[in-house]
Amino acid sequence: MAADSAAAERAFDARIAAGETIEPKDWMPERYRKQLIRMMSQHAHSEIVGMLPEGNWITRAPTLQRKVGLLAKVQDEAGHGLYIYCGTETLGVDRTELVDQLLSGKAKYASIFNYPTLSWADIGTIGWFVDGAAIVNQTMLAKASYGPYARAMVRICKEENFHKRQGFEIIATLAAGTPEQRRMAQDAVNRWWWPSLMMFGPNDKDSPNSAELTKWGVKRKGNDELRQRFVNLTVAHAKAIDLVLPDPDLRYNAETGNWDFGTIDWAEFDRVIHGEGPLNRERLAARNKAHDEGAWVRAAASAYAAKHAPESASRAA
Amino acid sequence: MVAADEPGTNGQWPLWEVFLQPSGGAPFEHAGSVHAVDAESALQNARDVYTRRGEGVNLWVVPSAAIVASAPSDAGPFFDPGNDKPYRHPQFYTSPRGVRV
Repeated sequence: MAADSAAAERAFDARIAAGETIEPKDWMPERYRKQLIRMMSQHAHSEIVGMLPEGNWITRAPTLQRKVGLLAKVQDEAGHGLYIYCGTETLGVDRTELVDQLLSGKAKYASIFNYPTLSWADIGTIGWFVDGAAIVNQTMLAKASYGPYARAMVRICKEENFHKRQGFEIIATLAAGTPEQRRMAQDAVNRWWWPSLMMFGPNDKDSPNSAELTKWGVKRKGNDELRQRFVNLTVAHAKAIDLVLPDPDLRYNAETGNWDFGTIDWAEFDRVIHGEGPLNRERLAARNKAHDEGAWVRAAASAYAAKHAPESASRAA
Repeated sequence: MVAADEPGTNGQWPLWEVFLQPSGGAPFEHAGSVHAVDAESALQNARDVYTRRGEGVNLWVVPSAAIVASAPSDAGPFFDPGNDKPYRHPQFYTSPRGVRV
C-alpha cells in the first residue's frame, strides 16, 4: 500500500513537472487536496467579504454612472466568490461547510477587507490598488496546476480589468479636481498603500505554505516577485495623476530595473490576520446578518420548488 | 421535498453543471456549476453567475449527479482503440505526385 502511494505520488510529481493540468477525478496527494481547499476557500471568502467595504458606498456614489458601475463591480465579486466555491467543491468539500467556516470566524480571508472605507476616494483606491494587486496575483494563478482553479481565474481576470479601470478613473477624476478632492484622493492612497502591499502575503522566506504550493505548480511565482511587479506597475500610475505613494524609501533601482520600496510593517499584518484589524468583528457581523436576512429567500425558493416538484420532474425527464 | 436551509441529505441544494453556447452555431462548453432548488432556478442562477456580459446565447443546466464520466486512471486503455489506427487519418494515404486531392 505504502509502495503503491509512493509510486502514485511520483507519477503525480512527474505530471506536475510536465506541466499537465490536474482534474478533479485524477489521483492527487491528500496534502495537495488539503492545501488547495484551504487556499481556494480563503480566496472565495475574500471575494464575498470584499463586497462589504464597497457595498457601504453604493447608496452614496456621487453620480448615477458611478453608482451603476459600483453595483456591477460588487455583483461581480459575488460571482467570483461563487466561481471559486464551485471550483473548491470539485475537491470533495461542500459549499455549506465552507460558508459555515466563514460565518463562524474559523476561516481566513484577505485581511485588506478589514480596513474601513472612509470616503468616496477609498472606492477609487480599492479598484486601483486592491483589484490591481488581485490581477497581478490571479494572472499567475490562471496557470495553476489545478484545472478548475485555473479556469475560474481566467474568467475572473477578464472581469477584474473593469474593476481596476473604474477605480482608477474615480481616483484620477478626484486627483484632477478641487484641492479638497485632491486631498481626499491623497488621503485614501496614504491609507491603502501599505495594506495593499501586504495582500501578496509574507516574504517568501517567512511564508509557510509557499514552498509546497510552488512545488506543486499551484503558485508559479513567489510573493515577493508579485509584490515587486505590482509596485513597478503602480508607481507609473501614481505619477501620471500626480499623487504620492506614501513611502520615503521608494526609488528606482537602475541595476535591477525595479522600484525599491521600504519595509512592510509585518506586525500590523499579523494583528489584522489574527482578528485585531480595525473592522474584523464588524465584517463578520455584517456577513452573518446578510446570511440570516437571506433565510426567507432560501425558504421561499425551497417552498416553490416543493410546490412545483411534479412539474419540474416531468421537465427534467 | 426539501426544507429551507436543509435541502438534500448533505444540507445544501442540488448541484447543477452549467454549459454555455458562446454564439449561435458554436458548441456548448462547460462553464462551472451552481446550486439551485430546481431546473428553472438553476437556469436563472447560471445566467446571473456565468453570463453577465453576453458570454452566451444559450445555456444548459444538467444535474451534476446525472453526468457519467470516464475515469482518468483508465484513460490509457479506454482511449487506446483510437490511437493505433493511422489509416483513419488522411495523412496515411498517398496520391500521385502533383495531384492535390
